[in-house]
Amino acid sequence: MSNGAATETMNVSFYEPKSILSWVLTTDHKRIGLMYLITISTFFLIAGGIAMLMRYELLTPESDFVSPHTYNVLFTLHGSIMVFFFIVPGVAASLGNFLIPLMIGARDVAFPKLNLGSYWIYLVGTIILLAALLQPADTGWTFYTPYSVKTGTDVILITFGVFVLGFSSILTGLNFIVTIHKLRAPGMTWDRLPLFIWSAYATSILQLLATPVVGITLLLLIAERTLDIGFFDPAKGGDPILFQNFFWFYSHPAVYIMVIPAFGIISEIIPVFSRKPIFGYKAIAYSSFAIAIISFFVWMHHMFVSGISQTAAAIFSFLTMLVAIPTAIKVFNWVATLYKGSISLESPMLYALSFIFLFTIGGLTGVYLGTLAVDVPLHDTYFVVAHMHYVMIGGTVFGFFGALHFWYPKWFGKMFNEAVAKLAWFLIFVGFNVTFFPQFFLGVEGMPRRYASYPPQFQTLHEISTYGSWILGLGIFIMTVNLIAGVIGGKKAPQNPYNSLSLEWQVPSPPPHENFHEIPTVTDWTYGYGKKSKTEA
Amino acid sequence: MDSTVASHAEEHHELDPVVEYESSKLGMWLFLGTEILLFGGLFAAYAIYRARYPEMFAEQHRELDVWFGTINTFILLFSSFTMAMAVWSIQKGKQTRTVIFMLITIICGLAFGINKYFEYAEDFHKHLYPQTSIFYALYYLMTGLHMIHVFVGLTILSVITYLTHKGKFNENYNTPIEVGGLYWHLVDVIWIYLFPLLYLIA
Amino acid sequence: MLSWLPEEASNLAGKVDNVLLVVTVVSVFFFLLISVFLVYYALKYRRRSDDDHTPYITGNIVIEVIWTVVPSILLMIFFAWGYIEFVHMKNPPKDATEVNVTARQWMWEFEYYDGKKTINELYVQKDRPVRMIMQSEDVIHSFFVPAFRVKQDVLPGRYTQLWFTPTKAGDFDLFCAEYCGTGHSQMRAVVHVLSPEAFSRWMNKGKGGAEVAEAAELSPRERGKKVYQEKGCSACHSIDGSPVVGPTFKGLYGHKVELESGETVTADENYIRHSVLEPQAQIVKGYQPVMPSFKGKLSDKEITGVIEYIKSLK
Repeated sequence: MSNGAATETMNVSFYEPKSILSWVLTTDHKRIGLMYLITISTFFLIAGGIAMLMRYELLTPESDFVSPHTYNVLFTLHGSIMVFFFIVPGVAASLGNFLIPLMIGARDVAFPKLNLGSYWIYLVGTIILLAALLQPADTGWTFYTPYSVKTGTDVILITFGVFVLGFSSILTGLNFIVTIHKLRAPGMTWDRLPLFIWSAYATSILQLLATPVVGITLLLLIAERTLDIGFFDPAKGGDPILFQNFFWFYSHPAVYIMVIPAFGIISEIIPVFSRKPIFGYKAIAYSSFAIAIISFFVWMHHMFVSGISQTAAAIFSFLTMLVAIPTAIKVFNWVATLYKGSISLESPMLYALSFIFLFTIGGLTGVYLGTLAVDVPLHDTYFVVAHMHYVMIGGTVFGFFGALHFWYPKWFGKMFNEAVAKLAWFLIFVGFNVTFFPQFFLGVEGMPRRYASYPPQFQTLHEISTYGSWILGLGIFIMTVNLIAGVIGGKKAPQNPYNSLSLEWQVPSPPPHENFHEIPTVTDWTYGYGKKSKTEA
Repeated sequence: MDSTVASHAEEHHELDPVVEYESSKLGMWLFLGTEILLFGGLFAAYAIYRARYPEMFAEQHRELDVWFGTINTFILLFSSFTMAMAVWSIQKGKQTRTVIFMLITIICGLAFGINKYFEYAEDFHKHLYPQTSIFYALYYLMTGLHMIHVFVGLTILSVITYLTHKGKFNENYNTPIEVGGLYWHLVDVIWIYLFPLLYLIA
Repeated sequence: MLSWLPEEASNLAGKVDNVLLVVTVVSVFFFLLISVFLVYYALKYRRRSDDDHTPYITGNIVIEVIWTVVPSILLMIFFAWGYIEFVHMKNPPKDATEVNVTARQWMWEFEYYDGKKTINELYVQKDRPVRMIMQSEDVIHSFFVPAFRVKQDVLPGRYTQLWFTPTKAGDFDLFCAEYCGTGHSQMRAVVHVLSPEAFSRWMNKGKGGAEVAEAAELSPRERGKKVYQEKGCSACHSIDGSPVVGPTFKGLYGHKVELESGETVTADENYIRHSVLEPQAQIVKGYQPVMPSFKGKLSDKEITGVIEYIKSLK
């Protein structure tokens, strides 16, 4: 069924009209996703800059660049901004918002006004964070008690800001789940869903179920600081370890909120750039759910030396091993997808392939930490810092960058400079490894985390790591400039430059406001590459 | 489980009414799930500390006035009943009756709040504060957080009542009333668990 | 990997390193397996033309099962072996010597079975198992000796323990491994592992606070400097003029000090001594009342030394 008015509006991209008011009050998921993208990217760069300051301090053993207190504030801000303002909300809210309706053949999410509300709640959270900078906390992003109760720095504002952000996360997750359940186009059955959607669903479940727990945890911390309730104060019968249990009950699933969307991205990029179906579709789809469910039962692996019982330690070490299995399955399936493919190494594919390489390191080093006897010397050392950055940067951020480059033509209607993109990728890849690989060795040598100054025997590895951070910073800078330059003056993008079969590539670049001229009827999955006829297995 | 047919190209791409109804209900149930987890954290803290200090809990809770709590329980239960009646009424198209039932529900909610005000006043008069003990910290946090949800619920119900009065809902379309009612029932259910744990422990 | 490990200086270190080694070997194997296939396929199957034929392969249940079962078995082995060694690390022998550890921001205090106390220096005997019974006076700290491969959080309101048998004589780093505030990076100590003869010599060297070694041979100022560096003063007081947790010692002696109470006093010998023994009595304006008392922990000779050292910091 065609409609004259719709045909005209199909030629107008979602960027029109350009008035500020129309953007402020928009309910278009593509605009909301873009607003999230700009905000979270800004926070990413700010928190990254803070990290460069920290690494600069760590060039020398002494606290000679900033005072120890300032260093402690810096790592608290770096962690809090990166975790709560960039990575947990970021990939899901930016890419998820833009892609989910397009990929499932819908015109928007289930609750568009709520979607806008989620973004505004996120902004309120960021304003509270800015207020918190007046007397910034020095507790680390984990806010462990009793120190977070006793410190004279302002803990309440920053935790309240994070609390507010939690609402945004919950409502976004809710929106996505209902959208995926109810708004799929005809023929888009569950076994034809793109894997990014499967991963968005699993992520949304985690956001929905885990975030309230950090909400109550932070409320309890605020209550302890303001009302002196003594929940976490042994002198009043309270238990500081209770805070750790509450905190990690959320924060472990949270790390899967961080990485599962990246898994989804990789599952989309690799088939397109190999021109082959994804290997093991069901395994990858279901493994996201397996990871999400098991992730609720491993939290005490952050607490093996906190004073928990040996039985508890055993149970959680065992469960941690279990959560590694579905993750490993994904990696094998991605590599198998490449077999006999027709592989083209444009920048999105470079990010996707290097994701596999780096995330494997991150995941394997997680196994070290899940192994009880090995965790004892490695806990709270730079080994953990290296592990987490391999999974979060090598994993999520590389996935995120890959997604930015892959869907860039669709989102912005332009092409960026591919050669510069490859150069930036190379610098980021090399810089990242030079920064963080030495940190595994620092950790094994015994260098503790959150140290503003350190004994001189650790200096050489710290120097190497800092030089790496400069290369990494340069690479990210070049990438950012390249992507922005493309938006301003890049070549107009074709509708489907990479010949993807996925629904979002069957609409103009950028898409019009209503996404589809007519809601499509889906007859096959999106990974039908190389399929000659219906009789082929 | 598959999607129903989505609407054709339209300026404002409104959803098919059935899809919208099902989406709203699913959305509200998911939201209620998050609320259960939010309170769940407090219930978990309660369980842990009660297991650790059973005598302290038993001794401390005796200072609470069971009558305040019992009256509030009846008020909320009754209000859930009137809310259910409101939903039933609008499904029959009876707008005025719906408004009356919803107003009664709101009045009950306000009564709950006023009762709580007097109860807290008496607690403070008896020098029972959040700092008094972990039991009282939990008491104030749990009933306080619950009270906030009551107020949020009252706000939602007030808006819906006004819209009903303006004729926005009928037997064909009354999703907000039903979904608002779900939220109110949750507020009631949480109280049903809070009441015995705080007021009735042996 | 092995050369980056600290030397194995306890009975537990070798066990931990064995598990670490095996996990490493298996991890490196899988890492190479994945990376090699990744790079190999990416290069071997480079796109030659836009009309490349690719086979329509969607999966293989046998391969899925293999690469699920094999890693699962390996992971279970890691879990079991890690757990077994962990249990060993958690269960001290009954005849272990006991040392009481009190952690506070930002120093380590050790009390031995005969009542002797040391600050930031732990003395243990080679080849003799020792059990640390630990508590914190304020926030969570963590007792970590890399060379022994031991670590345990130290909590307020509760005792935690850890044990080891040192197998090498020498000095080993002890770090605080749980972030505890401004002085966290400075909260370090030294573990002195002594031969049985040296240990009994040290044990017999006077009660009520192990004095700074060779106190008799040092001038008061040198003694004071050693106390400053080794007894925790440096964690909070700088000597270069910068305020840290507490006021700087540079230029302190003889100058007027404004207190929180509004009073102004002169920083003379008695003021310094009073601050060391009763730090809460006179809080300097603009600083927090967080200094612990050193009553019973520093001898009069050591306090005199500190005063002389401060005098030298003009």
